[in-house]
Amino acid sequence: MSEQRTWVKSERQIRRERIRRIRAVRSGTVATVSTVAFLGVLVAVVTGSPGWPRVRETFFDAEAFTRAWPDVLAGFWTNVQIFLIAEPIILVLGLLVALARNLRAPAFFPLRALAVAYTDVFRGVPTILVILLVGFGIPALGLQGAPTDEITLGVVALTLSYGAYVAEVFRAGIDSVHPSQRAAARSLGLSQGQTMRHVVLPQAWRRVVPPLLNDFVSLQKDTALVSTIGVVEALRQAQIYAASTFNYTPTLVAALLFIALTIPMARLTDHLAARSQRRRGA
Amino acid sequence: MSLLTIEGVWKNYHGHSVLRGIDLSVEAHEVVCLIGASGSGKSTLLRCVNLLETVDDGVIRLDGVDVTDVGTDADEVRKSVGIVFQAFNLFPHMTVLDNITLAPRRVHGMSRARAEEEARELLDRFGLADKAGAYPDRLSGGQQQRVAVIRALATRPRLMLLDEVTSALDPALVAEVLEIIRELKEGGMTMILTTHEMGFCREIADTVCFLDDGVLLERGTPEQIFTEPREPRTREFLRTVLDARRL
Repeated sequence: MSEQRTWVKSERQIRRERIRRIRAVRSGTVATVSTVAFLGVLVAVVTGSPGWPRVRETFFDAEAFTRAWPDVLAGFWTNVQIFLIAEPIILVLGLLVALARNLRAPAFFPLRALAVAYTDVFRGVPTILVILLVGFGIPALGLQGAPTDEITLGVVALTLSYGAYVAEVFRAGIDSVHPSQRAAARSLGLSQGQTMRHVVLPQAWRRVVPPLLNDFVSLQKDTALVSTIGVVEALRQAQIYAASTFNYTPTLVAALLFIALTIPMARLTDHLAARSQRRRGA
Repeated sequence: MSLLTIEGVWKNYHGHSVLRGIDLSVEAHEVVCLIGASGSGKSTLLRCVNLLETVDDGVIRLDGVDVTDVGTDADEVRKSVGIVFQAFNLFPHMTVLDNITLAPRRVHGMSRARAEEEARELLDRFGLADKAGAYPDRLSGGQQQRVAVIRALATRPRLMLLDEVTSALDPALVAEVLEIIRELKEGGMTMILTTHEMGFCREIADTVCFLDDGVLLERGTPEQIFTEPREPRTREFLRTVLDARRL
């Protein structure tokens, strides 16, 4: 047995910890004071500006706020639905495209080429254009069974656009797994597919979660773009109000609703990123 | 006065004490070798000296200055202490020359021309003159570790800490790294090193310290430690290590 020693905190350490505590309190105070001062200046600059009374009337009207709230909120529910339907489809599509790009067998060349073409095209075209093309183009074809409902078309367009981004995120994650991991799996007799399924993807998945969530925060906002093809969601509701009253407070309502949705998502992303950082022992 | 004094240093992780009241002093030009099993606290002690870890109790003085003082600027301390890691930790996106000149230029404000001239001298001295423009992944492990030593040396530290610098190398490459450490000793560099190379430890150390479960159990000359260790734990450790070597 090795020598037993118990730690009795020395005078020096007690003094040291007291100084650290005092410093922590001091830093906290400085942070609070500077934040309050900063906000104070900001508020003073905005409210002191010459156009402030007009802006307050048109953007911060309490009465217009309460009047528009129920309708904008109802419209916002459409945004949430679009998001909730599109998100899982995008994940699946993105993963499939990423996997297709990783197929090495010559027989799969058309599939690989298609995946490359898809990501190239849909990452290149602005989302709003995809929405317009899908929203007005597909119904115009007059195909039997093709969707004509705007919300469905909006989901299709967003899925096409975001699927391409998400596919690239997945591909980056798959590529980031060290080749030695594949070598180890293949040497155990696992097939290409089994290697991907049991060794590569589980490791890639953890790394891509933060960037994926980032894309989804972006998707939540972009659900507002489907208003361009006639879906009456939060933004369109707000615009309807604004057009009839010349008061833009309803747009503020819509903005607050979007923020209320994206902030928890952003915090979750931070949390997951911090956790994977800790796991790597940094 | 000793170059480095460590008094009553404690370090705890998650309620477990990794260092339990370490006392050690190192004179200028002295080479101290820390031995002990994995997890005995050797590396933690080096990291505490370099302020990569904050001690939970005790004092570390470098040149009489309390570096564990709450107000100490860690960057100032690290300017005069060089450390070399087991895994080299070279910057993969920089050439050998840039790796070496980074700190002299950015931290010590040396001109590029001057820093590169000194770096080339060092590379030349340690037989790596032709590798100046190479990237680390083009070098063997032994070459990478020699570059890491040169990088630490380029800031002209008063004290060098070498943490298991040969453990990640295959045996054929160990010799070239040990050779560079020998040269440092001849040049009068003060060093603390942790190692599993007992033969090398015996040859190079002025003082050998045996750490056991966070306690500096025994300290002595290599002769004394390796031939007549006082503590039963030291004897046991050396027997295990030497037996393993003989297999």
